[in-house]
Amino acid sequence: MFEFCADPSTLETAPWFACYLTNGVHMMFYRSFLTVLTLLAITAPVALAFGFVGAAASRSHIMPISWMGKLYTSMVRGVPDIAFFLFFVIALDQALEWVNHQIQCPDWDEPIRQGANFIVCQAAKIPLSSAPQWIHETYNYFIAVFTFSIVFGAFAANVLYGAMRAVPRPQLETAEAYGMTRRQTFWRILVPQMWVYALPGLSNLWMILIKATPLLFLLGVEDIVYWARELGGSRTSQFAYPHPDWRLWYFLALLVFYLGFTRVSEVVLTRITRRLNHGQATAGGDAQRKATA
Amino acid sequence: MKKLVFSAAILAMTAGMAMADGHGRTIRMGTEGAYPPYNFINDDGEVDGFERVLGDELCARAGLTCEWVTNDWDSIIPNLTSGNYDTIIAGMSITDERDEVIDFTQDYIPPTPSVYVAMSDDADLMGGVIAAQANTIQSGYIAESGAVLLEFATPDETVAAVRNGEADAVFADADFLQDIVAEDADLMIVGDPVPLGGGVGMGLRETDGELRDMFNAAITSMKEDGTLNALLLEWFGDDIPLYE
Repeated sequence: MFEFCADPSTLETAPWFACYLTNGVHMMFYRSFLTVLTLLAITAPVALAFGFVGAAASRSHIMPISWMGKLYTSMVRGVPDIAFFLFFVIALDQALEWVNHQIQCPDWDEPIRQGANFIVCQAAKIPLSSAPQWIHETYNYFIAVFTFSIVFGAFAANVLYGAMRAVPRPQLETAEAYGMTRRQTFWRILVPQMWVYALPGLSNLWMILIKATPLLFLLGVEDIVYWARELGGSRTSQFAYPHPDWRLWYFLALLVFYLGFTRVSEVVLTRITRRLNHGQATAGGDAQRKATA
Repeated sequence: MKKLVFSAAILAMTAGMAMADGHGRTIRMGTEGAYPPYNFINDDGEVDGFERVLGDELCARAGLTCEWVTNDWDSIIPNLTSGNYDTIIAGMSITDERDEVIDFTQDYIPPTPSVYVAMSDDADLMGGVIAAQANTIQSGYIAESGAVLLEFATPDETVAAVRNGEADAVFADADFLQDIVAEDADLMIVGDPVPLGGGVGMGLRETDGELRDMFNAAITSMKEDGTLNALLLEWFGDDIPLYE
């Protein structure tokens, strides 16, 4: 990074830290913050979409669709996160490779499963083993996003299902009396009004999602907790920047990061709640009306 | 006749594919990256250490393109068998239990002793709390020695446990602990060295016989021309046993 970093062992404290905190591994540590933030930014809307589809399916009057929606929410919610992450990711990866194998190598005569080994032909590997490492990492990353979305989508589905039922019944009856179809009632009356009931549950989920990101390491993505443990560990003089066990300081930095992020989330969520309450027949909406009157 | 030509063509094609499978593919080398001087992530964020240098040389001699991948020690064998990478080169001792699940090349580090490291000379090695990394030959040894075994996922945490008093001693490869003891006045090697394991080798899937033969040949050639001994001396110091 800086020119004076060529020989760290001769440096004073301040420049030593300047060099230490900008070396290659620390840059990877800083980049992992970005990894976590983009994961949240992608997962939250995708999980919400999964949840919406799940909730709408559970409400469906067509029995098989309703069963599927309910099966999704209750099954995924019932399985412990860690078990789901370990099982689902491996199963999904192997399923993709199995399908690809059937397409790419139809005349392969060896069994794919040989004891503990899972062997598909080289052309069916996802990603190809000749692909550069960043492609492998990106693939793992999107598998992680997908898995997080499925898990949190199931919880969101339950929250949204409850919120849809909380919209006052007379609202829907009025819509029907005006001659709206079932579809129109759903999109024009139910969906716009349900968010205010869903928000407390969804904000809970968001907070849990923020704290669940260290599970990323289980999925082979090097996240901030991995790097904090890795960088904080003691270093002998084999490394350019030897230091004793500094894990405490690194985890303290993570604590500050997570607390700060939670605080920002709270502020934003409070604003959204105020906005959604506007003009609603809820206690919050009523208070707003009285305040302006 | 036509059928014969056709099947001959198929045979030639599949033989060609089998060849391509062995030579044209990129070999992904799986390592832990947390066990200096065997393998570690250096300050630039790259895999470094004895095994990095050795692995690159073996790949060059075998004419293979290799790429380095890091993986947690705990799941390093399952990820090999499920095909995330093609070799384990992570200071893994050759044992019968592991040999049932994966295959090993010949050893590239001769059997080396393991030692206890503690804060004081009178640490209770037989009945006290001993830290070791999970799924290692050392943790297996402690479990049977009568001491209380305290397992950790990474090697660094086992040493940290002794420093903060959680464990009475740590038990690990002498080559890993020596560098740490040399730079920490509070730590010392206690008790006698324990010879463990059958040397360190590369792990491969049992179905990858061709790849194993290629690495075996490369290791043999490095043993014969003395480059492996030179590498061992460079990374592990003068106490390391050498190949004849």
